[in-house]
Amino acid sequence: MLEASAPESGAVDTTVLARELSRSFAGHRAVRGIDLTLHRGEVLGLLGPNGAGKTTTMQMLTGNLAPTTGSVSICGVDLLERPTAAKARLGYLPEVPPLYKELTVEEYLRFAARLHRVPRTSLEQAVTIAKNRCGIDKVGGHLIGTLSKGYQQRVGIAQAIVHEPDVVILDEPTIGLDPNQVREIRGLIRELRDRHSVILSTHILPEVEAVCDRVEIMHLGAIVYSDTIEALRRFRGGHALRVGLKRVPSLEEITRLPGVASAETRDGFVRVLPEEGQDPCEALVRASVERGWGLHYLAPDAASLEDVFVQLTTAES
Amino acid sequence: MILSIAGKELRRLFTSPLAWVILAFLQLILAWIFLSRLQTFLDLQPQIAMMPAAPGFTEIVVAPIFGTATIVLLMVMPLLSMRLIAEERRNQTLPFLISAPVSVAQIVLGKFLGLFAFLCLAAGMLALMALSLYAGGKLDLGLLAGNLLGLLLLCGSFAAVGLYLSSLTAHPLVAGVGTFAVLLGLWLINIGTSDPDSILNLLSLIKHYDTFARGTLALSDLVYYLVLTAVFVLLSIRRLDADRLRS
Repeated sequence: MLEASAPESGAVDTTVLARELSRSFAGHRAVRGIDLTLHRGEVLGLLGPNGAGKTTTMQMLTGNLAPTTGSVSICGVDLLERPTAAKARLGYLPEVPPLYKELTVEEYLRFAARLHRVPRTSLEQAVTIAKNRCGIDKVGGHLIGTLSKGYQQRVGIAQAIVHEPDVVILDEPTIGLDPNQVREIRGLIRELRDRHSVILSTHILPEVEAVCDRVEIMHLGAIVYSDTIEALRRFRGGHALRVGLKRVPSLEEITRLPGVASAETRDGFVRVLPEEGQDPCEALVRASVERGWGLHYLAPDAASLEDVFVQLTTAES
Repeated sequence: MILSIAGKELRRLFTSPLAWVILAFLQLILAWIFLSRLQTFLDLQPQIAMMPAAPGFTEIVVAPIFGTATIVLLMVMPLLSMRLIAEERRNQTLPFLISAPVSVAQIVLGKFLGLFAFLCLAAGMLALMALSLYAGGKLDLGLLAGNLLGLLLLCGSFAAVGLYLSSLTAHPLVAGVGTFAVLLGLWLINIGTSDPDSILNLLSLIKHYDTFARGTLALSDLVYYLVLTAVFVLLSIRRLDADRLRS
């Protein structure tokens, strides 16, 4: 295991490097030649609708699935050539938390720590730290099967970080939780950034905005967008406005206002696209007051995930 | 690593009532047989004393309980082995082991050893029962050792077969029924043969046990069980490894 502690080729800042990763299932290409890079201290969001290939990608990054082509290296250690050395630097929470329900939380975490080669002398300490970080110190003696889904998810995260890995990979960590639990888990993930680099997958756009530094959007097994969160916000927001009017005039009348490029109605609201570099807010408000449209809502119109995909995929083709 | 996995597997067996029930059931049946054999021996003692080269205490009492133990273990083995891998598949806990820095071989060997440790415990209790006879007479320790070794080797091959069938499916019950079918098939495979040189005798699980039951040690029988165990453990490793490559 000595080899595991020596990072290669000075690649200290890059914790995950995947090149040309592809995977086919019976002729169907689930993942098509994607490249991924993760840096230390970064949370990367893998965003995409169900079936985009997020889980398949994560399974390949964690050695649960052999890629058809391509390579993965974890902290400079090749996952396919030296799997055990590379896996020692990984923590993985699959979509379904892999919990042994007949063990207690502590027994389970101790087993996880031993499997990940935490030395016996620091085993108890590692388990205590993981419990504290995930807020499960009060249920340490409980059987995992008796815990609520939110707590089980925390135990799942605890097993992924108990050995202080360089890379933590979380597959849809907030799925199936109630809003409070979602908020807590997101807070926990943000804290992970201090000591680990994190990849998390989700199909919820606001989740990526809430916790990630960078985003890769997957669609049909390929990465269609890759940038920082700020860039995504700009991309998704555009400058469109969502306008609520009690008495909607004809769309042409709105379009004639200064600074408005186009307008369309969408689920009871009017979506107004401004001309490049123009801000038609004032004109809209003034027109509404003067002409009695009954303005009751005016806000930037953030595109939904669906819109982003429509934009991205139509832009591609 | 292997021992961590084996330890967890053993603990898991004992957290369910199944392991305790099986141990109790095994002990009850064998104690029953033990007592009845003991009675037989006491009844026959006057006649035996007259015979030249009479069968001993150990032959009459100990060998039959080990013989019965083989049959009882054949029946309970599927219950013990069916969950080994099938349940991990069903609960989707395999990624936990696969993404840890352990090889598939270590995972499989750990699971095998965990179950085997349980079987050693069961066999140990049986040996203690036999050793209790020391209170009333002298035992043929060689015969006892032969029986114990035979039983352990047989258990090892049972466990390996069960492990492999458990690796094939996500349904423990299917694995259990399959294990029982395969074990019974291997057990009875030579039933219709009258020719002692038949290849079926070579394959039969029980045929090779006979020499151990007589307290003798034949290399060919020893090798048979070891090879059988190794083959099924290796098949399990291959099967689990193939998961990564599934298409």
